[in-house]
Amino acid sequence: MSRGDQAVAASRARYVRRFGRTERALHWTHATAFFVLLGTGLALWLPALSTIVGRRALVKDVHVWTAVAWAAALVLVVALGDRRALRAAWREIETIERDDRRWLTLRRAPQGRFNAGQKLNAITTAAFAILFAVSGAFLWLSARDARFRWEGPIVVHDTLTILSVFLVSGHLYLAVIHPTTRHALRGMTRGDVREDWARKHHPKWVGATPLRDRELVTSAPDAEPQPETAAT
Amino acid sequence: MNDRVLGRAAFLGLLGAGMAGIFWGKQVAAFAGRFVPDQVEQILPTKGWRIFTIRGIPRIDPERYRLEVTGLVERPLNLSLADLRSLPQVEQVSDFHCVTGWSVHDVHWRGVRFDDLLGAAGLRPEARWLRFVSAEVPYVDTLSLEQARFPDAMLALDMDGKPLSRPHGSPARVVMPQMYGYKSVKWVTTIEARSDFVPGYWETHGYDSDAWIGKSNFFIQEKTSDVFFRGKE
Repeated sequence: MSRGDQAVAASRARYVRRFGRTERALHWTHATAFFVLLGTGLALWLPALSTIVGRRALVKDVHVWTAVAWAAALVLVVALGDRRALRAAWREIETIERDDRRWLTLRRAPQGRFNAGQKLNAITTAAFAILFAVSGAFLWLSARDARFRWEGPIVVHDTLTILSVFLVSGHLYLAVIHPTTRHALRGMTRGDVREDWARKHHPKWVGATPLRDRELVTSAPDAEPQPETAAT
Repeated sequence: MNDRVLGRAAFLGLLGAGMAGIFWGKQVAAFAGRFVPDQVEQILPTKGWRIFTIRGIPRIDPERYRLEVTGLVERPLNLSLADLRSLPQVEQVSDFHCVTGWSVHDVHWRGVRFDDLLGAAGLRPEARWLRFVSAEVPYVDTLSLEQARFPDAMLALDMDGKPLSRPHGSPARVVMPQMYGYKSVKWVTTIEARSDFVPGYWETHGYDSDAWIGKSNFFIQEKTSDVFFRGKE
């Protein structure tokens, strides 16, 4: 498409809501806390960083209090948010369909609102979050009470850190850099994505035919009024 | 097959593996650690060693390094690294235990016993404590003379066959295997003989002064950061 055609297409683009406010709040709460925890955690753990940063007591305090704030924030988001939507999302995430399994073997298969990779990422992130919290609690306790001073929590917390660095790097690459997927970032910031993009990448969610206007959320700014579709 | 079971199984499986790791991680780590190449070990603390600093690693020029022996001694000393290496050298293999729960076994140390080091200085009879001052200010710690005279206590210059590396306290560090690692002061620049006891850095943060492995630091009132909470440095 020429630039002119692209501009015209964009001005007429139809957007469909992918993630509601609660889902987005959950994501950004977790993401923000995660990066502060990862940053402070690496400064406490990697010799290369711990030797530059030093200030162990301060970094430890920030790390621990951020973990507490993270847990509290998650509780708030769930308590004040749309739990029905969260439950529905989790149900989608847990359901690994045949198309998902096919997709995971690197063959083409139509995907739903979450593709199989996103489902696994969500499952892993959730499990890791719990394990980080439990092993972290043991580490915190172990500093105060020798009875908790086992090597297991250290090993688990360390291993999760290494794995998480890989996971989040891949996640960021796809969400911010990779050309065909980075449009998804808008879905997590503004809540909606382009209908045509969604139809291409998540056809089982959007469906084969154009959506009715009331199923859309927004049209792009400066959009012309959409014609009635024949299929209604 | 119920597709939802798959996702649920993946979630619970991960949780289960993680919880098993928390309770049996030591065995898993010991096994897995055998496969970690040395290069990785430089970057990631996998095989055991973790480097904890409070300010950052000091950089000491071994040529310009001087160990000051001062306090309650007849003749204060200013020893170069060559001077230290000309003293009787001893070797030992011992374990290193950090109070936070990790250990490194069979570390090969080479260095000087404190009696040999202090011999030329001449300890005064009132001297009862040795206070070690690190180049990583304000890290200090203290051993009693009796503790410093333990058969496996030393001032180490070499570790695992090579001179101490920078992260591990070059050019000289205390080695006190029967106590937790925070007593083994790194980057030692001064040994001060005293008649009174002065608590070390971590002791002022709630840890025990007599840091015997397995017999101390059962309950620590770990103090929170002065910078964060009280605005002090």
